[in-house]
Amino acid sequence: MHPNAFRLAAALLVAGAAPAAADDRYSPVSDPVTAKECGACHMAFQPQMLPGRSWTALMGGLDRHFGEDASLDDATRDHITAYLTDHAADAGWWSGKFMRGVDDSRTPLRITDTPYWIREHMEEVPARAWTDPRVGSKANCLACHPRANRGDYDDD
Amino acid sequence: MKTPFLTGLVLAALAFQPAARAASLLDGYADAARAADAGFAGFSAGRGRALFAATPGTGKPDTPSCTTCHTADPRAAGRTRAGKAIAPMALSVSPDRYADPAKVEKWFRRNCNSVLGRACTAREKGDFIRFMATQ
Ligand code: HEC
Repeated sequence: MHPNAFRLAAALLVAGAAPAAADDRYSPVSDPVTAKECGACHMAFQPQMLPGRSWTALMGGLDRHFGEDASLDDATRDHITAYLTDHAADAGWWSGKFMRGVDDSRTPLRITDTPYWIREHMEEVPARAWTDPRVGSKANCLACHPRANRGDYDDD
Repeated sequence: MKTPFLTGLVLAALAFQPAARAASLLDGYADAARAADAGFAGFSAGRGRALFAATPGTGKPDTPSCTTCHTADPRAAGRTRAGKAIAPMALSVSPDRYADPAKVEKWFRRNCNSVLGRACTAREKGDFIRFMATQ
């Protein structure tokens, strides 16, 4: 075998042997306005975690954002809405994991209400973790996933 | 000839200091407060403290008070409801605060609506910043 081909095969085998290793990775938020504004109150969640229609609904109701006024001026709001919908779970030619079990009739407003998120957390995470004061909120990804900001959730 | 030039440089540098920008923001709020009420007699740190600590009961149920997120101690770090740390509000600990008018206005708009269910007046905004400047 050509040495290069051998190396490629070995690399493929290694990749195949550890399928979970690079599973829970998402592109980090690359738009600085989105990173700054969403990131003022919570980690700027990766847009791949909700369908586009969910981001449109959320951004249309920022003055009532989960019990808070998080309103923005119109230009900033429109800019962020475009970024989020362009990179949403259903924006590509191939739907992302977060579309699993989300049928067309549903517009989840919380990432933590999507079937994929629930499946990933409900079995593995003990109930006491959610009441730990260091966690405080299910929106606090960074409490348990220290590289979540960079889109890396491969730590569980 | 040299001295006025240097003085000018020093003054220009001072104008860009956060504390100086906070002061010019306060001047703007004072003008607005006077326009709304001819009897306006200056901002009060005491009224600012009361606004900060109040639980008015007229806003959104999850945000009963400014202290919900900023804690009762202006010199302590706060926390958003989603668990993110907020740098302290006291100017002595966070000297960069109250320097960017657009940022300050954005947060007063949001937070006064969340906690009070209405916009804050120019006097309330000035009282709040005056209080934080004494902390
Ligand atoms: C729901 C949480 C929450 C509540 C309640 C809240 N704030 Fe804040 N506030 C924040 C956050 C988050 C920031 C942005 C912090 C930062 O820039 O570090 C902020 C920033 C501010 C700023 C801007 C400071 C600056 O750096 O220029 C002002 C002014 C302010 N808040 C006033 C208030 C007042 C007045 C109240 C009560 C009427 C209040 N806040 C209630 C979360 C809150």
